[in-house]
Amino acid sequence: MTAAPVTTGTAGRLLAGYHALGRAAGLRDHLTQHGPPPLPGISARSSVGSQLIQVVEDAGLTGRGGGAFPTARKMRSVAASRGPAVVVVNAAEGEPASGKDAMLLTVAPHLVLDGAALAAHAVGARQIVVCVHAGGELAAGTERAVAEREQAHLTAVPIRVCEVPGRYVASEETSLVNWINGGEAKPTFTPPRPYERGVDGRPTMVSNAETYAHIALIARYGAEWFRSLGSPDAPGTALFTVTGAVAVPGVVEAPVGTTVADLLRMAGGPSEQLQAVLAGGYGGTWLSLPLVHTPTTPAAFAAAGAALGPGIIIALPSRACGLAESARVLAWMAGETAAQCGPCVFGLPAIAQDFAAIADCRADASVYHRLQQRMSVIPGRGACRHPDGAVRFAASALQVFASHVNFHERAGRCLAARRPGVLPIPGGR
Amino acid sequence: MAWLLLVNPITCTGHGICAELFPEAISLDEWGYPILGAVPDRLLPLARRAVADCPTLALMLERDGKS
Repeated sequence: MTAAPVTTGTAGRLLAGYHALGRAAGLRDHLTQHGPPPLPGISARSSVGSQLIQVVEDAGLTGRGGGAFPTARKMRSVAASRGPAVVVVNAAEGEPASGKDAMLLTVAPHLVLDGAALAAHAVGARQIVVCVHAGGELAAGTERAVAEREQAHLTAVPIRVCEVPGRYVASEETSLVNWINGGEAKPTFTPPRPYERGVDGRPTMVSNAETYAHIALIARYGAEWFRSLGSPDAPGTALFTVTGAVAVPGVVEAPVGTTVADLLRMAGGPSEQLQAVLAGGYGGTWLSLPLVHTPTTPAAFAAAGAALGPGIIIALPSRACGLAESARVLAWMAGETAAQCGPCVFGLPAIAQDFAAIADCRADASVYHRLQQRMSVIPGRGACRHPDGAVRFAASALQVFASHVNFHERAGRCLAARRPGVLPIPGGR
Repeated sequence: MAWLLLVNPITCTGHGICAELFPEAISLDEWGYPILGAVPDRLLPLARRAVADCPTLALMLERDGKS
């Protein structure tokens, strides 16, 4: 990649306050910057609620948790279901390399909570549940923000913080609902979907924390303002977690459609020579270097056969072995199965073993044949998308590191494969 | 109206009885879990039989599309 000047687009919307203050925004900071959330009086409830949904629809906001589902459509489905609803804020990022939601909830908690309050108003919810990973600072920080709002009488709908186990599939929406209802944090076989019957059997809106923060800004500044950044088919800004071999790893905010190369530049640029980029995390896809010019819109990524997931970008340096990195990730992903569905419980370890053999240069043609066969039968056969994501990741590794696969086959050993991994594996490797 | 076989992957424990009863549309993967194919109308009775005999009631038959 060519060295270019750092062109931080300073598309600061969600993070503008943080960049201006240099610290997390308390309620007072938040209100000074944005004013109170435009929550109308109770009397106008239903019509104003649908007005907000209309503005969110006009804005073209899509979910920032990886699904890119139109947020207004989800809100309408929940609003149309019978009885009082529940709003769930998902800030429990399952992807190990994602840090954007935890960061956002840390530095701008009131933006997220405003969005949840507005959404609750719009869909007729009487309860808000904020889901964060257990065992971290985030739960306590969020509780403090909730207490601040209570003192300021800003909580028309009660907010409760729920700590979720830090497992990969625990933050899937049906897992969250199951967990909040007192069950295990494991996906359920749907239907009914949460929007029909979720928390306490009520229609439930489950959305990503960042999505709610965008709602908070759209409600204040309007659809046109939101669309003034981003691309027409994927408007607004988004948070990206950019890590790996970059000079300043972290969370950046950029217009949707910013190229991967520009995101790397915003993170200080490559810190050494790169060979590939992992987009979308461990349920995502490897991108060869020519594809770093792909704009980060769902359409452009789909056309490139790639998945953006929840805005994760990891730069892989040339010194690493992409196959060994992928084998480590797949072994971890296999261990993250909810142990519920056969094709996942047995299929992912099988694929991980094949990959380990490839990484160790001990795979013959039969292993590759078997692996292709396995990858073709696993997707779409679990209750959640965990197996699909793992297979997508594995398939992209074989494709992007194809020439290195040849090397592993012929050379019999790969020194790079023995180096410590670059990609983060929770709990060591 | 076309019919679709559907399996609840959480309740399915891979007995494999469905594939024995209805091999025309159901095969098993290497771990013994069903891979479901299309159900031609003339084989509907076989599909119903496979659904009825699933020991964990994981197999379902549904009309294609919403109904």
